[in-house]
Amino acid sequence: MKISKQTRGFGALAKRGSLLGVAGVSAAALVLSACGAAPDQKSGSTAGASNYKACMVGDTAGFDDQSFNQSSYEGLQKAEKDLGISINKAESKSNNDYEPNLRAMTGAGCNLTITVGFLLGDATKAQAAATPDKHFAIIDFAYDKDIPNVKPIIYDTAQAAFLAGYLAAGTTKTGKVGTFGGMKLPTVTIFMDGFADGVKYYNEKKGKNVQLLGWDKDKQDGSFTNSFDKQDVGKQLTKGLIDGGADIILPVAGQVSKGAGAAVKEAKAAGKDIKLIWVDSDGYLTAPDYKDLMLSSVMKKMGEAVETVIKEDKGNTFTSKPYVGTLANGGVDLAPFHSMDSAVPADVKSDLDQIKKDIIDGKIKVDSVSSPKQ
Amino acid sequence: MNSQAVSKPESTDVLKKIFTGSALVSVLSVFLALVVGGLLIAATDKDVASTAGYFFARPTDFLSAFWSAATNSYVALFQGAVFAPGVSGPLGPFGPFMETLTIATPLITSGLGVALAFRAGLFNIGAQGQIIVSGTLAAYLGFAWHLPIVLHLLLVVVAGILGGAAWGGLVGYLKARTGAHEVILTIMFNYVALFALRWLLTTPAFLRPGESNPITPRLDDSALYPLIAGGQYRLHLGFIVAIGATVLVWWLLNRSTLGFEFRAIGANPKAALTAGVNVSRATILVMAIAGGLAGLSGVAQVAGTEKVLTDGVAASYGFDAITVALLGRSTPWGTFFAGLLFGAFRAGAVQMQIQTGTPIDIVLVVQSLIVLFIAAPPLVKAVFGMNRKKKAAASTVAGGAA
Repeated sequence: MKISKQTRGFGALAKRGSLLGVAGVSAAALVLSACGAAPDQKSGSTAGASNYKACMVGDTAGFDDQSFNQSSYEGLQKAEKDLGISINKAESKSNNDYEPNLRAMTGAGCNLTITVGFLLGDATKAQAAATPDKHFAIIDFAYDKDIPNVKPIIYDTAQAAFLAGYLAAGTTKTGKVGTFGGMKLPTVTIFMDGFADGVKYYNEKKGKNVQLLGWDKDKQDGSFTNSFDKQDVGKQLTKGLIDGGADIILPVAGQVSKGAGAAVKEAKAAGKDIKLIWVDSDGYLTAPDYKDLMLSSVMKKMGEAVETVIKEDKGNTFTSKPYVGTLANGGVDLAPFHSMDSAVPADVKSDLDQIKKDIIDGKIKVDSVSSPKQ
Repeated sequence: MNSQAVSKPESTDVLKKIFTGSALVSVLSVFLALVVGGLLIAATDKDVASTAGYFFARPTDFLSAFWSAATNSYVALFQGAVFAPGVSGPLGPFGPFMETLTIATPLITSGLGVALAFRAGLFNIGAQGQIIVSGTLAAYLGFAWHLPIVLHLLLVVVAGILGGAAWGGLVGYLKARTGAHEVILTIMFNYVALFALRWLLTTPAFLRPGESNPITPRLDDSALYPLIAGGQYRLHLGFIVAIGATVLVWWLLNRSTLGFEFRAIGANPKAALTAGVNVSRATILVMAIAGGLAGLSGVAQVAGTEKVLTDGVAASYGFDAITVALLGRSTPWGTFFAGLLFGAFRAGAVQMQIQTGTPIDIVLVVQSLIVLFIAAPPLVKAVFGMNRKKKAAASTVAGGAA
């Protein structure tokens, strides 16, 4: 009611001239968005519920990397909501920023500071030594020697990737599956190792010869985009894998995986039946553009681990014992098949359940040179 | 035989104007960039957005939120870069300034490399690659060799300089011999250096024993620059080296025959050739010296702040160096102070991000705006200029951007 009066006023103004008209319209737009009621009182700080503060220092990839920085930060945000704690975060623009960022965080009163990635290993160790009364956690990195106030958060991703490998080998129609990585880092190749072993296990069990393109576990060598952000390179590599006959692709490359999605979409439009297996999060939910192409995902639940560690520290049960995400504790897992459910043969599904049990029980051993040493 | 090296494209004249304009435009550009940056900080602030929702009911909320968003961020930036009053931590109130000097060190030396090459008419975009090559060499000698104190550091520094000089000099050689354009060459050399380093970081010789993360062992203590402001600060001897390098470049350009030759080929290579300057030799030498200067940045990185080698050794210093040289008008001392300013931005951004939650990227925006304004002096002059009409027009544009 109030709004219409104001717009009418501006309408009249607009008749006077085109310039005024433009001004009138934009002003009207401003008015429309700006005529809400003022709050009665400026509310005081709402974070007074808890004095506990958890902080995070990311590496140079940034908190929007669609990979471990992002997942970890989402865990921190979730902890803020669920546990009523206050949080702080700092992104790093270069390796030189780690030290000052960490120092500033402990200076800002963070009880627990979580650092993301091996690049922060040295800086975290140094800061932990300088402030022994503060707690730290580091994602995807473990030290040779235990540091009393640092908790490593690591993942035996190969276990879940093993399931994905078996799934892919059991679902492929061409007898070939493919993978590529972003960079040759242990946290990337561990996916590829597990995937390779899963394919191999399928071949041994079923007497088949499903081939894996893009990764040779014995030589520890394969296809890499050498970047986590050049999607066109990912697209190119995926096209290469598809041309080589692979019909299920596992891209382990952060944002570059979207390039793989684009290539699979194109191949699909050209009449080929190609499927994707996503990594880190359930791609059906987190990469909705490609959800119809997702067979499954190899999930590495970093957000949940971050929240768990914060909860422990807040409850004064912090230990420096590494958190190792496994199939057993649900830290890594294979995502549901969602819309692809019917594409997976029933015997493969039951095999997967059995294999998962066997891995948890230790009957099947999944090794990778990149697996966390325990 | 030197005809290709001698011929100069017209566009270089525009670049030259941009690189050697007046100091006043530099200062005004920085000011203007900070103002626009402040508007951006305020525009993206949560409180500003929520108070804008009831602007008409109580405009004072909006205005004060707008003002405090911008000023709080800049105050935090200042406190993180220059002086933090009342800080009683281990770093004390002058900690931020020490941090600024530390971060400025690689910016200054690589900025000098870009500036020097530009004075000889060469647009050196290769500082990035030169830093990488020098950092790689220096780091390798630093962690793989074990030598007595002083000698070890000396070797690391010399190797770093030579590595950068070779990488830069090679570009100069190709330019002088074949006439290939230095912009293309340096860009490609950046890639070659980066990918070579990434490959090296997969070989056992460069990795920590038993690990496969692409990070080298820590350099020996004997290979590190000593800390010059006390153990609690990161400020290292590399900063003194950077001051020395600035003096050296000043001397080279203004007092030496070689520097005169550099400036001569920068001003007009054909005339220089006619006057008896060996253009090929000068081209190779100036690129080698520029590479050596950038090499000092590589050394400052591995032997000063990072103490290890990763593929992020050069961060974006090689490209920031271009901005630094631009802001410093390609003069040695101008580059020095521009390096300090950018160092202050970087150091302050860390504090700003943690204190106020302002994204660290805003500093990159301010940095880029500075380049934009320097490249467009008429715009800056219009905003601050004599012409009243232009001034009014420009300020409405700035207002509209908010």
